[in-house]
Amino acid sequence: MSMNTQGRPSKSAIVLAMEANKGLVLDEPLIFEQGAEGRTGIDLPELPKYKERLGGVRRRAAIGLPGLSEPQVVRHYTRLSQKNFGIDSTFYPLGSCTMKHNPRLNEKMARLPGFGDLHPMQPTSTVQGALELIDQLAHWLKTLTGMPAVAMVPGAGAHGEFCGMAAIKRALEARGEHRTKVLVPESAHGTNPATAAALGFTVEAIPANAEGRVDLAILKSKLGPDVAALMLTNPNTCGLFERDIVAIADAVHKAGAFFYCDGANFNAIVGRVRPADLGIDVMHINLHKTFSTPHGGGGPGSGPIVMAESLAEFVPLPYIVHDNQGFRLIEHAVDAMGKKPFGRLKGFHGQMGMFVRALAYILSHGADGLWQVASDAVLNANYILASLQDVMSAPFKGPCMHEALFDDRFLKDTGITTVDMAKALIDRGFHPMTMYFPLVVHGAFLIEPTETESKETLDAFIAAMRDLVREVRLGNVEMFKQSPRFAPSRRMDETRAARSPILKWTPADREENGDNGDITRDAAE
Amino acid sequence: MRYLPLTEDDRQGMLAKIGVKSVDELFCDVPDAAHLDGPVWDLPNHQSEYEVDRALSALAAKNVAAGSCPFFIGAGAYRHHVPASVDQMLLRGEFLTSYTPYQPEVAQGTLQHMFEFQTQICLLTAMDVANASMYDGPTACAEAVMMANRITQRRHAVISGNLHPHYRETTETMAQMTGFTLEIGQPSPQAAEDLIKLIDDKTSCVVVQNPDFFGRLSDYTKLAAACQAKGALLIVAIAEIVSLGLIKPPGEMGADIVVAEGQGIGNGLNFGGPYVGLFACKQKYIRQMPGRLCGETVDADGKRGFVLTLSTREQHIRREKATSNICTSSVLCALGFTMHLSLLGEKGLTGLAELNHAKASNLVDQLAEIPGCRVLNENFFNEFTLQLPKPASAVVDELAKRPILAGVPVSRLYPDKPALENLLLVTVTELTSDKDVEVLVRALREVCK
Repeated sequence: MSMNTQGRPSKSAIVLAMEANKGLVLDEPLIFEQGAEGRTGIDLPELPKYKERLGGVRRRAAIGLPGLSEPQVVRHYTRLSQKNFGIDSTFYPLGSCTMKHNPRLNEKMARLPGFGDLHPMQPTSTVQGALELIDQLAHWLKTLTGMPAVAMVPGAGAHGEFCGMAAIKRALEARGEHRTKVLVPESAHGTNPATAAALGFTVEAIPANAEGRVDLAILKSKLGPDVAALMLTNPNTCGLFERDIVAIADAVHKAGAFFYCDGANFNAIVGRVRPADLGIDVMHINLHKTFSTPHGGGGPGSGPIVMAESLAEFVPLPYIVHDNQGFRLIEHAVDAMGKKPFGRLKGFHGQMGMFVRALAYILSHGADGLWQVASDAVLNANYILASLQDVMSAPFKGPCMHEALFDDRFLKDTGITTVDMAKALIDRGFHPMTMYFPLVVHGAFLIEPTETESKETLDAFIAAMRDLVREVRLGNVEMFKQSPRFAPSRRMDETRAARSPILKWTPADREENGDNGDITRDAAE
Repeated sequence: MRYLPLTEDDRQGMLAKIGVKSVDELFCDVPDAAHLDGPVWDLPNHQSEYEVDRALSALAAKNVAAGSCPFFIGAGAYRHHVPASVDQMLLRGEFLTSYTPYQPEVAQGTLQHMFEFQTQICLLTAMDVANASMYDGPTACAEAVMMANRITQRRHAVISGNLHPHYRETTETMAQMTGFTLEIGQPSPQAAEDLIKLIDDKTSCVVVQNPDFFGRLSDYTKLAAACQAKGALLIVAIAEIVSLGLIKPPGEMGADIVVAEGQGIGNGLNFGGPYVGLFACKQKYIRQMPGRLCGETVDADGKRGFVLTLSTREQHIRREKATSNICTSSVLCALGFTMHLSLLGEKGLTGLAELNHAKASNLVDQLAEIPGCRVLNENFFNEFTLQLPKPASAVVDELAKRPILAGVPVSRLYPDKPALENLLLVTVTELTSDKDVEVLVRALREVCK
């Protein structure tokens, strides 16, 4: 939008925005630039007479919120939505994120008043169905993983990591052991080392071997009485199954350490392989990945953990028990029979809205459907790997699991980079894959198609990628550097954003003159 | 199966392209002992949409929905009206089914509403900067204490006894697990706490809540000055965000960090989650903040745009040196918040807040007339503490049978404090009708006889 930086905009923000429109991608000012004093999108009943009891802390200064009617707000957010890509819009092969279709039945179920309009502090006699639902989902998670215990409360994957590593810390303390080190492969998600460090462990990296997997010999050489745990993603972030996993688990256990599995990639094996059979002690499950709860632009997620017997008593509060009184919530350590809870990790009882959606997804698929989910997810990824490996460069030999990894050797000396390829892909109508992760290969492209894409979509994507490689070979550098050209925006100046951060909107006259101008009047001019 | 597009022909063609005979061959790296012959046993197979709908609806029907009876529960989650347009817009697939906006050219929708959200939080709290959301209020509180520890290079925090127990307990877990200490005051539903005497040159921060767990309102300006004098930070937690429509914001009291539960605007009760944690602080602390930040910039044509920024604080760049391990947070709940607050605007939010207070104040007058009952608060926003002549949990259970959801017995959160067992937290919002009030007052008269 063209703002007059010398002073106030000479026209209203809406008029300026309309003049800047291209095609039908409509420019849209900030909500703060569209308000008018006294306008609102909410009608309230008349205020009754009452005695004020605010103890002298009544707000005096205006908040500064803009006033808009409902039609304006609906149009504003509709226009913003049109500047976004979602799974609903297009193929969204963001590696490590499992961008699968989000069934709308799940949304409908989560909005039933019997789930959506329940207060977490209602008497448990009035929420028996909700507790039963959480218990049912817990049963599915335990059975699918073969693990005997579960903690449902973590709010997302990284929160689940914290929960699982906290359980390990408590278990070690119970054994009277002081172990300080956590081993993390170089290919791991950043959350793994961040979690281990938050819990006071020192992090030691394990390099990958030439086959993109944990180097067993190096791992063994680092295991010792100071090692608390190994945190390993399986299938790993190169999209490969750790084929030595049983030997890895044995070595970890022999050293007296625990085996934490990052379950971000569970979609590759759900219903086909049980993590318990691999020797895993604890694993988080991202319900927003494997079990299709919507990603929402960056959450909310949900990250329950499943645990082996050795960790089963070290749980967060609260948890659910089922006895002759029905379902009960254990909210305090004093009520914990047989468990040694380590405390509360967040408010209330977990991400109920996500539990409803995940269970709707799981019941829809059933055991047979989940087997097919993993099968098709792996088949789709291998189809992409097989269809592109002759023109791109795959660092490791297949078969892969649910995601296909390429590096940037095929771009060597072309002047074109991984990010250029990704941005050019946008102009072909696809959301880019994950770029530059995992860190163990140079200029990574991590492509996760998921099972909910048709062969026709995969073929179109493969054709687009092959076509881009042809452009690379033609040396069409300028086309790449100018991409994307057809997206709602051109490439952003990220350096400028970080150098002098502007993290909120301020009225133009406040910026210019340093006074607190009336923003609603300002924007309406 | 309705969510799986591949046909058997597709699968055969794809296997041929890959050069294997079966999908099993693609799982060749799985150890033999872990290979299952078929689907996991003892679990049912797939079901139609209407069968799943029926099964889950049956579970939902076993619960008493808040809207189905007189309802007075708060204690950290608040039942406000969420306009129909909010939920309709949240269901737009471009918002619902996208992820963290790493590709800003195709994520300006998410980035712009994050920027609007950050601005709204700054306005409400009167703070300089806000992040793009945390999981919820309690986790935001724990993160704030850890941030204060990093800034002050101290590892000892003072916690008000009137901080919501879930905020306190979440912070206690982090203290035990990550290695810092806490000094926690006693819950005091009536007398003011003297926290100033607990602050010394080892204190990293003081955490208070406004309105506090018992509904009391305070001006923390003096406490802020006392913190500053000792080099400690003041953290103010807000569990009922609507209160800021009527109450002096913590930034005007001198707070260094403000954390809040944002559920009350734009988000339903959802049995406790997902909610949205709000996190704001002074400008000078931004490089120690946890969570995502959206910043303004320009694109290649010089047009205004938005990107994720200052990510060198975050785990995906900094790994073990990150300010927090948080990755996925609560962006869609934050969007619900932003949409609802946009609809409210200045007039709507201030009007809504005053209506909440007015209705609560009128209920207090009625409850004061019930023999044996006493409201402990002299001041409050929309929630207050009622002292009953008998244990509150028994009264709540009795009223739940009628069904009236009368409030939260304080003993549910403080099982170890018998002195608090007759106390009931009662909340009134714009959704509380005159009829609801009448039913509650009549029932309490009977039960408290």
